[in-house]
Amino acid sequence: MSASAAHGPAATAARERPPAAFAGPVAWLRRNLFNSWWSSAVTILLGYLLVRFAAGIIDWAFINAIWTLPPTANPLDTAMPCRRLEGAGACWAMVGDKYRFMLFGRFPYDMQWRPAVCVLLFIGLYGVSANRRFWRKELLWIWAATLAVIAVLMWGGVLGMAYVPQDQWGGLPITLILATFGLAFAFPLALVVALGRRSAEMPVVRMLCIGYVELIRGVPLISLLFMASVMFPLFMPEGLNPDKLLRAQIAIILFAAAYLAEVVRAGLQALPKGQYEAADALGLSYWQKTRTIVLPQALRMVIPPLVNTFIGFFKDTSLVLIIGIFDLLTAGKVAMADPVWSGFSTEIYVVLALIYFVFCYAMSSYSRGLEKQFGQSKNR
Amino acid sequence: MSGSIADPRLAAPRQAPRRPIRLSWSDGRLRNIVWQILVLAGFAVVLWYLVGNTRMNLAARHIATGFGFLDSTSGMPIGESLVPYTPGQSTYGRALLAGILNTLKVAVIGVVLATVLGTLIGIARLSPNWLLSRMSAIYVEFLRDIPLLLQLLFWYVLLQGLPAPKNALHLGSAVFLYNGGIQLVQLVWEPAHTAALAALAVGIAGSVLVARRARRQQDQTGIRPRTWPVTLGLLAGLPLVAWLAFGAPLALQYPVQGRFNLQGGGIITTQYLALLTGLVIYTASYIAEIVRSGIQAVPHGQWEAAQALGLHRAKTLRLVVLPQALRVIVPPMTSQYLNLTKNSSLAVAIGYQDVVSVASTTLNQTGQAIEGIAIIMAVYLSISLSISLFMNWYNARIALVER
Repeated sequence: MSASAAHGPAATAARERPPAAFAGPVAWLRRNLFNSWWSSAVTILLGYLLVRFAAGIIDWAFINAIWTLPPTANPLDTAMPCRRLEGAGACWAMVGDKYRFMLFGRFPYDMQWRPAVCVLLFIGLYGVSANRRFWRKELLWIWAATLAVIAVLMWGGVLGMAYVPQDQWGGLPITLILATFGLAFAFPLALVVALGRRSAEMPVVRMLCIGYVELIRGVPLISLLFMASVMFPLFMPEGLNPDKLLRAQIAIILFAAAYLAEVVRAGLQALPKGQYEAADALGLSYWQKTRTIVLPQALRMVIPPLVNTFIGFFKDTSLVLIIGIFDLLTAGKVAMADPVWSGFSTEIYVVLALIYFVFCYAMSSYSRGLEKQFGQSKNR
Repeated sequence: MSGSIADPRLAAPRQAPRRPIRLSWSDGRLRNIVWQILVLAGFAVVLWYLVGNTRMNLAARHIATGFGFLDSTSGMPIGESLVPYTPGQSTYGRALLAGILNTLKVAVIGVVLATVLGTLIGIARLSPNWLLSRMSAIYVEFLRDIPLLLQLLFWYVLLQGLPAPKNALHLGSAVFLYNGGIQLVQLVWEPAHTAALAALAVGIAGSVLVARRARRQQDQTGIRPRTWPVTLGLLAGLPLVAWLAFGAPLALQYPVQGRFNLQGGGIITTQYLALLTGLVIYTASYIAEIVRSGIQAVPHGQWEAAQALGLHRAKTLRLVVLPQALRVIVPPMTSQYLNLTKNSSLAVAIGYQDVVSVASTTLNQTGQAIEGIAIIMAVYLSISLSISLFMNWYNARIALVER
């Protein structure tokens, strides 16, 4: 055919711009979507399902959805327009009615700016801690100060703010408190346990640390939470009975510390032996060596897995639902039980999922970015 | 040769000379001993204090410790059980056994399904098809960032929204899907089926032996003998013969649709289905990431070498890449299996009666908090240990044999 004729002066001229079969959108489609019969079939099937699914979601969430509802004489009739949709559209009006309760629980309504400020402070704290420019000793003070301010805002009782007892707290602040205070207290404990597990000269300490870590990691968090809610009161002397939230917080701290300790231990093991030996050769004591040589390097290495572990805890705080603590998920479940809006639980679940997703996604993409940066500096 | 070492001190093992412990704070070894004694003493004091408090509290509440309550009759209803259980007649011990078996039922099937789904998605993420890899990435990213408990509650609500028994969705008269679960046609079990099952087990063992012999022959001669007729005979023929020998009974029990419920046949309850779906879909997203990074850890040269040998993509993956990736995949996979098993305890939130749910009802009814929690912990520790042991054995089996 003319294929051999095309090789000639024409081919040299065409070198300036590759033919359409090798570049441009058509080529991209060919290479990435219609590479083979098999690939084309997959693309068409997936594309069809995707379009169907997306159209269904858009119909439900936007086109057929009801955003606001006028108040009615009988409050139980408020949701009637939503009920008439029979699931064809979302009832976002319910979320509009219930969002304050979902976010802040039973915190006194006119004082809910306080938990709102706490949530912003938490987010600010995460933002500052994520920034590598702030990775120095002063960060500890920032954490201590912020957590103190949050405690003041939640409890009140000073500066003209009314006292709000702990059993009225609820919603997102509880989730953030359980996760953040959990991490703040679990981390130092995890450092001690990880160092203890690595200590070759103190077999007794090592055994205790191994026992602690393996015991906690072998059982589900729920059993620890049950333990905190039914067994903890038995351990305490009579009269001393810490509140339920504090007990759950202790269980989460003990749980988190065991997992964090394993992450830290991985960092300690990954540190080249030469670093330990060099520190010994300089005549540093154990604590000098650990504080100035070992930990700064080891911790730096494990920051991405630490962030991943933290994402896990953030999600795991939702388990306190089972022992009846009023966190974000519990608040959502209680909101669903409202007879006015019964039957619209999907909307609430979607909103709750989005809130959790935003927090976790931010953290996981941050951890991925860090991993990339660290990988670059290693490859230099 | 030993003659080349001039100094005898160099030939001696290189160890710091051991000197006796000095009775001085500047002696590191003495310090270590003192610290350890202090730590142990502190631990013992705390333990003694807690045990003392507990004994006092238990005495004040008139709770006797011990596992005697396991023999007393329990009135708690259990929705589904693999062992015969009647509320009001069976014991708490029997109830806990039913709970343990329910945990195992969801954990074992969940691990298998999550592995299959996760592996498929992990491979799909690396597919050259852009749409497929994007969608797998979205699946992984989205499901990993939403708490499992929320997902479980969502699946449960979704399944409860299925039609009532009266209007159940059905596939002929064999499978009914309704808000109580899936009602399936069931085989009426007879000794012939037990015999067929036993024959199948024998067949599997036999075909493993045949495959092993074939492989040895292939290693020696380079020619793999044809094994499939023998294997087929062992796997299909043997059970068939056993079944026929016992008179080939085949009685099927079909579900009968009533107004308020479905009777007969086997049932997979909504609670079990919701728990299994949630666990499998959530864990699969983690497994997909493990499989993906395992495949990516295999050097690219392996792909190219396989291509040069003329293997196409699916065969390369199956014969060259996955066996090598397994070595990276197995250790983190073990911890995902452990996570799935531990996460199955979230069953308590959607009313599936696993061991945690049964034990917590028991401890509420009997007041035996310590024993209840001890049982939960013992069960999970032994399951975790078994999984770890099995996976360590498997890991050692597939590990790279180095010379």
